[in-house]
Amino acid sequence: MATNILEMRKITKTFPGVKALEDVELSVEAGEIHGICGENGAGKSTLMKVLSGVYPHGNYDGEIFYDGEVAKFSSIKDSEHHGVVIIHQELALIPHLSVAENIFLGNEQRGKTGLIDWNATNHEAEKLMDRVGLHENPTTPVSQLGVGKQQLIEIAKALSKEVRLLILDEPTAALNDEDSAHLLGLLRQLKASGITSIMISHKLNEIANIADRTTILRDGRTIETLDMSDKDSTQDRIIRGMVGRELENRFPSRTPKIGEEVLRVENWTVFHPTQPGRVVVDKAHLSVKAGEVVGIAGLMGAGRTELAMSLFGKSYGRDITGQVFKHGEPIGIRNVAEAIDHGIAYATEDRKKYGLNLIEDVRRNISAASLGKLSVRGWINGNQELKVAEEYRTSMNIKTPSVLQTVGNLSGGNQQKVVLSKWIYSDADVLILDEPTRGIDVGAKYEIYTIINRLVAEGKAVILISSELPELLGTCDRIYTIAFGRVTGEVLLKDATPEGLMELMTQEKASQGASAQTKEKKSS
Amino acid sequence: MTAILNLKELVTRNARQSGIYIAFVFIVAFFAILTEGTLLSPGNLTNIVLQYSYILILAIGMVIVIIGGHIDLSVGSLVALTGAVSAVVVIRGGNPWWMGVLAAIAVGLIAGVWQGFWVAFVGIPAFITTLAGMLLFRGLTLQTLNNISLSPFPTEYSKIAAGFQNGLFGGPGFDVFTLVIFAIAVVGYGVSALRGRRARLAYKQSVEAMPLFITRLVVVAAVVMAFGYQLSRSRGLPNVLIILAILIIAYTLVTTRSVFGRHVYAIGGNLNAAMLSGVKVRWVNFGIMVNMGFLAGVAGVVFSSRSNGAQPSAGQMFELDAIAACFIGGAAVTGGVGRVTGAMVGGLIMAVMSNGMQLMGIDQSTQQVVKGLVLLLAVAFDVYNKRRARG
Repeated sequence: MATNILEMRKITKTFPGVKALEDVELSVEAGEIHGICGENGAGKSTLMKVLSGVYPHGNYDGEIFYDGEVAKFSSIKDSEHHGVVIIHQELALIPHLSVAENIFLGNEQRGKTGLIDWNATNHEAEKLMDRVGLHENPTTPVSQLGVGKQQLIEIAKALSKEVRLLILDEPTAALNDEDSAHLLGLLRQLKASGITSIMISHKLNEIANIADRTTILRDGRTIETLDMSDKDSTQDRIIRGMVGRELENRFPSRTPKIGEEVLRVENWTVFHPTQPGRVVVDKAHLSVKAGEVVGIAGLMGAGRTELAMSLFGKSYGRDITGQVFKHGEPIGIRNVAEAIDHGIAYATEDRKKYGLNLIEDVRRNISAASLGKLSVRGWINGNQELKVAEEYRTSMNIKTPSVLQTVGNLSGGNQQKVVLSKWIYSDADVLILDEPTRGIDVGAKYEIYTIINRLVAEGKAVILISSELPELLGTCDRIYTIAFGRVTGEVLLKDATPEGLMELMTQEKASQGASAQTKEKKSS
Repeated sequence: MTAILNLKELVTRNARQSGIYIAFVFIVAFFAILTEGTLLSPGNLTNIVLQYSYILILAIGMVIVIIGGHIDLSVGSLVALTGAVSAVVVIRGGNPWWMGVLAAIAVGLIAGVWQGFWVAFVGIPAFITTLAGMLLFRGLTLQTLNNISLSPFPTEYSKIAAGFQNGLFGGPGFDVFTLVIFAIAVVGYGVSALRGRRARLAYKQSVEAMPLFITRLVVVAAVVMAFGYQLSRSRGLPNVLIILAILIIAYTLVTTRSVFGRHVYAIGGNLNAAMLSGVKVRWVNFGIMVNMGFLAGVAGVVFSSRSNGAQPSAGQMFELDAIAACFIGGAAVTGGVGRVTGAMVGGLIMAVMSNGMQLMGIDQSTQQVVKGLVLLLAVAFDVYNKRRARG
């Protein structure tokens, strides 16, 4: 039996008015990969912040035993010194610095003179990059690399600090399947070399796949720790522990009532905003009908978001050409305000950066896109605005003590509901939802799907962009696939399979060879 | 959700704002004691109003600039330039006083359009644009005045800032007219507060408890009437106070109730989200800068009227006083947060401190040290509060 490298006993952490953690217990064996699951707001991140010294000793109640000794970390620096390194969901890399500079940031390789020894830095960086399977020039600026590679840099950075306990908070949230697989493989390698990992993830299949044991948190308490080698420890078992009930169906059912075409896009071509000549969206076409949920499937960088944002009042790209038809009539949209006037809404994939004013309250975020409705000659009716916010708080089940609460204080799922409220209140009849369930927990996801169903039942058209194929298959009536900026396929739900979609999503060129291959597949 | 709030909840809810008011009360009391009451004497209160009105006018525009996430370093130079143009029109050109006022405001607007163009449509950061403006407008001031001061203005013009409304109803030892105006203001405030409370109740929003509400009205009324009484014992109601009051009311409405104001907060809070919510960011930024130019023009008129002439070096460091007033008044360096009333209280804190120290005969150098420290501490307090709120 392996010994425990970490034991957290009776950890309680309170914020003004909220008990974020209550008597939480966590024990991690040396050399294992330990999964942590829980709904948003269950206390996972808070627990990891306690562990890594973000909340220093004395700031919480309870005890931490690390390596058999009582640990009293006073800061991140202190915990890192003991080999505990945390990698946050939002990567902490400096975009304009090189890979090597980022790896040794705060831990610079100095020569005898006290100045940075660049040869040593780059050489050591290469060795670390090799360990994580990153084959790039160490002098490349980080901003030129994709998110997947940036994640690897974070791990290399952790290795440079001689990490013994690596904490990853949602490491694959922003990664595509290929990069995720690579990352998980890397975690296994690290395990083989004796590094213990704690991994927080909403992707239960990954947890099931990689974790040796999994601890489930709910409402700031430890619910249980599952041994994943036990065959009863299924994904459904984890979900049951997280939500306290069995989710017999992850997607609410819906009987489609599809009407007339609402929006049609033809020959839509978009160029990259800063790199001249680079085509991001290439002669794309799509259409959506009233009461229909249309999915857009594509890998990261395929041009899904770029397509959506360029449609939404040209908020992305340049030299945009193509036609847009609303109810069969050609329309021209020059800016976001006109798009909103034409009844188009776009709920972004990055709600914190593009969707919400985090320092403003729930009320004003909901009204942000529809002030025209709330005002007379430029003057806002503040009381009416409050009334509207209250209505949406109830109808969308936004969990907040008051609509005057700052949005930044809400959990991800509730923030997403605020974003959706904002667009529903704008009276849009075409809603483009870009990754609406990213980074939110299972229970809130179900609520979002229910809201989508309600919208289409009211005769609105929904375009759903998602990286998760099960989500597309569970909610859409029809799915377009996008690869390298082109629409490579259009599949009705009854014909769609994950394998078939994935093949279309990775199709490189619409050459005859590829289409022949598809035919072959169909006939077989 | 109807809820009746007690005092503690009210203070904690508005911690950011109430901190400033409490600080203001303490600073006033502190200097009133140190100056043995001279600070609050009729003559000195009148003096404070006349002496700092143009900073307060600038701070109104500046707080909107700062909420939008920008900064304006050019307002001091622009005050000088607008005042200079006005002086040239009135003193050198022999035109009536109102033509000087119009010319100054027109120049302010043109300068605002100029800077707004670069900030909003070319995308030059306001810091750079207005740093250039600071040099540009100062240079133009020197050229307009040929490097020499122009004075004096005709009496009508100098009455804008140095004149008073009084004597209409006479009065023994104090001016009844001033008191009547202040009483009307207090009643108006009371009525609007009561109507606001009723509307909030009708929409099932939380309000403060009735005894607390009445206490608040009585305290505000008492302070305002005491201030009015002191003014009436001196020279009556200063004209600039009327200008200032109109501007404060108008801009409080603009920032809290208008779509434009809301868009300014949205841009400062999250530029990308504002853009994707259909806010016409460029036009709003343009409007912010034009408005600042307009208010700089007004301040230019007031300042030239008060100093009864135009000097090439007028208005130096005004921008810093106005910016300091905004930050002391709770505006956030990162944008998206701030209030007109906060900036006014911030400006008054600076005013009372300067004035109090002058009365005590503290020399200029020490005054600057103290003011610098107060600015730093005010923002430090704000940063500390925010960090604590985040947990």
